[in-house]
This record gives sequence, C-alpha cells and structure tokens, in this order.
Amino acid sequence: MGESPHAVTTMPTARQLGCPFDPPAELIEARQHSPISRYTFPGGKPGWLVTGYDLVRSVLADPRFSSRKEFMLHPTIDYGDIEIPPAPPGEFLLMDEPQHSRYRKPLMGKFTVRRMRLLTERVEQITADHLDAMEKTGPPTDLVTAFARPIPAIMICELLGVPYRDRGSFQEQVDSFMNGETSDEDLIAAYTATQNYLAELVAAKRANPTDDVLSELTDSDLTDEELQGIALILLAAGLDTTANMLALGTFALLRNPEQLAALRADPALADRAVEELLRYLSVAKTFMRTALEDVEVGGETVKAGSRVILSYNTANRDPERFADPHVLDLRRQDGGHLAFGHGIHQCLGQQLARVEMRVAFPALVNRFPTLRLAVPPEGVALRPETADIYGVKSLPVTWDA
Amino acid sequence: MRITVDAERCVGSGMCVLTVGEVFDQREDDGRAVVLRPEPPAETWELVREAVDLCPAAAIVLSTDRRP
Ligand code: SF4
Repeated sequence: MGESPHAVTTMPTARQLGCPFDPPAELIEARQHSPISRYTFPGGKPGWLVTGYDLVRSVLADPRFSSRKEFMLHPTIDYGDIEIPPAPPGEFLLMDEPQHSRYRKPLMGKFTVRRMRLLTERVEQITADHLDAMEKTGPPTDLVTAFARPIPAIMICELLGVPYRDRGSFQEQVDSFMNGETSDEDLIAAYTATQNYLAELVAAKRANPTDDVLSELTDSDLTDEELQGIALILLAAGLDTTANMLALGTFALLRNPEQLAALRADPALADRAVEELLRYLSVAKTFMRTALEDVEVGGETVKAGSRVILSYNTANRDPERFADPHVLDLRRQDGGHLAFGHGIHQCLGQQLARVEMRVAFPALVNRFPTLRLAVPPEGVALRPETADIYGVKSLPVTWDA
Repeated sequence: MRITVDAERCVGSGMCVLTVGEVFDQREDDGRAVVLRPEPPAETWELVREAVDLCPAAAIVLSTDRRP
C-alpha cells in the first residue's frame, strides 16, 4: 500500500567483468526487486524500465504502447528538447498501425518458414566455402571476419538483390551505425552514403528488375523513397544481428565445452540449440515503447507519454519463466524466448536467421573439432552496452591444423 | 478443439508453422497463416496450445467444441 516502486537511477554502461554473456548486474538486480522499475531519463523525464518476462511480453503485445520514432528518447544521453522527426518512409520498425502494415504486408510472403527453408542448401554452400577458406588460410583467424559476418551478409544481399561487389563498403557503413562507437560526424557520413547507395540501387531495380525481393517490391504502389527505407532496415537487420549471434554464440559455446560437445554429438539438437543461444544471448537487447494513454503495467500506472525501456535480455533470464536462466542448456525444453520480440513488430527475418544459425553452428564445430579461443577469454573485445546490438568486435580462434 | 486464424491480425511471423507444421501453414503470396487442420488431432493439442501462446499477434483463435 502506497509502497514506492523500485527505482533504477542510471542505465548500466558495462557488463560485469568475466560475464560477457550476462545482462549487466544492475538489470538483473532490478528484476529481482520487481519486474517494473522507475527510471528517470537524463534531463529528468520520468519513465520506466521493464525487466520481467511477462511484463515485457504484455507491453509488446499492447497497442496502447507506440513504437513511433518521434516519441523515442535516448536512454542515456540528454539531447534536451530537440524534436525528433517521424521515421522516414519505409522504416516500419519505428511506426504504428496502419503505416506499419503498409510496409510489413508486402514483405510477409517473402520471409515465410517455407521460403527460408528453401534457402538451406544455399546457406550450406556459403558456409562450406567459408570453412574451406579458413582451413586453407590456417589458424589463427578472426571468426567475425572469416565466418560470422560474411555468411548472413551474402544471404541478405542475395535475397534483396544487392550486387556482390557492393557488399563490402555497404557492410562497413552498416557496421558504423551499429557498433555504438561511431562519432556523430561519421554516423551522418555513413548514413548519407548508405542512402545514396540505396537510391541508386532502387533506381537500378526499377529499370532492370532481377530475381530478388527488392525487384519484386518495385511491382507495388511503394514509392522509391519507401523502397529505400525498407531496404535499409532489412539490410541493417540482416547484416548485423545474425553476425553477432554467430560470433558471440561461438564464444559462448567455446566457454561451455560440455554444451559444445553435446551439439557435436547430436545433430538433432541443432534446432533447440539455436533457440537456446537466442534466449541466452539476446543480442538485440533493449527496445523502447511510449504509452499513448495511461496504462497499468504490473501494478504501476504508466502515464500517457511516458517511455518504457524493455530489457529483452533480462526478461529472457527471468527465473519465473526459465529454470536456471543463467545456464546455457542446449537441451532446454521451454520455448517462448523474446529474442525476436513479440507483438506486431516481431522480427520479420527470424526464419532466415534460424536457417542460417541452424546450418552455420553445427558446420563450424564439426569442421574444426579442436576449435578454441586464441586469446584468454578476458581478451575478447566486446561491444559496449551503448551498441543497439551486442556482440564481440572480433573473436580470435585457433585449431589444430 | 477447433482453431481459426484471424488473417487481419496475422503478421506472418511463422511461429505457428514452426511449432506445429502439420496444423498450420503460410500462404505463398502474402505469408499469412492458414489452418490446415481446423480440428487438429488430439496428439497435436499441446503443440497447438503452444502455438496459440507463441503467436506474436494473438491471431490464433481456439475454441473447444461444446456438444450437448
Ligand atoms: S504465429 Fe500468428 S502471426 Fe505468426 S504466422 Fe502464425 S498466425 Fe500469423
């Protein structure tokens, strides 16, 4: 009665030393106090931090919470009262209905379970090519550049119709949006270069449609500007997320040798293993929503206009939902992790990501039975917590050649 | 047990197909879920309930037959 809710005063900027896979201790502690905590944004605007599984899921499913970009507030930096423009056309992740559906609907048929499974053979081929190259060059190598980044990059580029020769520079630009360490100036330059590139690409597809998703989309009422926006978020999502899952996932497997051995011993474990790695690592770790009206969440009233930070990675470690949540257990039975989100924005590319990981992890660990870190685990460079997508910057590995 | 999918709500996530592929499929053109077995066999019920729970858009409607 009249008890004041738990409050978190600052968002953590780092993980605990030696625990690269666990959410920051402050967030785990917050969840222990209560699934929803007060959080005051820098600059003094009141908001909330949700860390409990059930509550994160319920906020994501609730249309009274908005995803619109213009409502977003930086969780750790006070930019004063600058007005944020609405999301550019096509960037539907940061829109509500009905705008969101205008863009998601024409894409839904292109990322179905069946269509993505048909890509399995292609993923196998690309994976084998990269493993061959690793073998040829010999140890040690950086798994990020040799394996984790190129596989999803080639897949999303082929799917969308980005020419192979353009991939390198494009990937660098996207990386600079995502790594959480790029200066504002460089960010603007990368963004402009990307937009220019995508404008040319859309024009080229209109002029000469090829066999890919972007060309297919030119056959709709979507404008060039909208197609550019769609291409941007599909590419950014397809390039960075799975790449980080593959590299961080390999790091996690190498640190849990008995789990790695289980995956090697039992190919039938792969599907479950992928889901467990998704839950355990939750590289897309935080999202935000804004209440459009007063909403009661876990006994607290979230006032209209308040922002709610949703900690997916903490929710995926909620002991009320997952037994021994901080243990990586590839045989775990309970599904329903939030790594791809929930609600209408749930990841469109999730079936592609699954196919990629389903193929890549087993192929890697089976090709190199002696795969191990080439540096002490503390020496693996991690992305800062400010990055939207968590992961390793590089992963030096070696094996007996 | 009877199931239907509210096609307007479906966001094409494929979670239902992934969970119980013998009961759900996605349409080729627009990715929306279709119900292959509106009255699924009893051995799939547990998975069907899981699919209902996992559906991100709450688009799967489950009704239990009420026979007199
Ligand atoms: S799980 Fe729900 S949203 Fe996803 S395809 Fe099935 S019915 Fe549609």
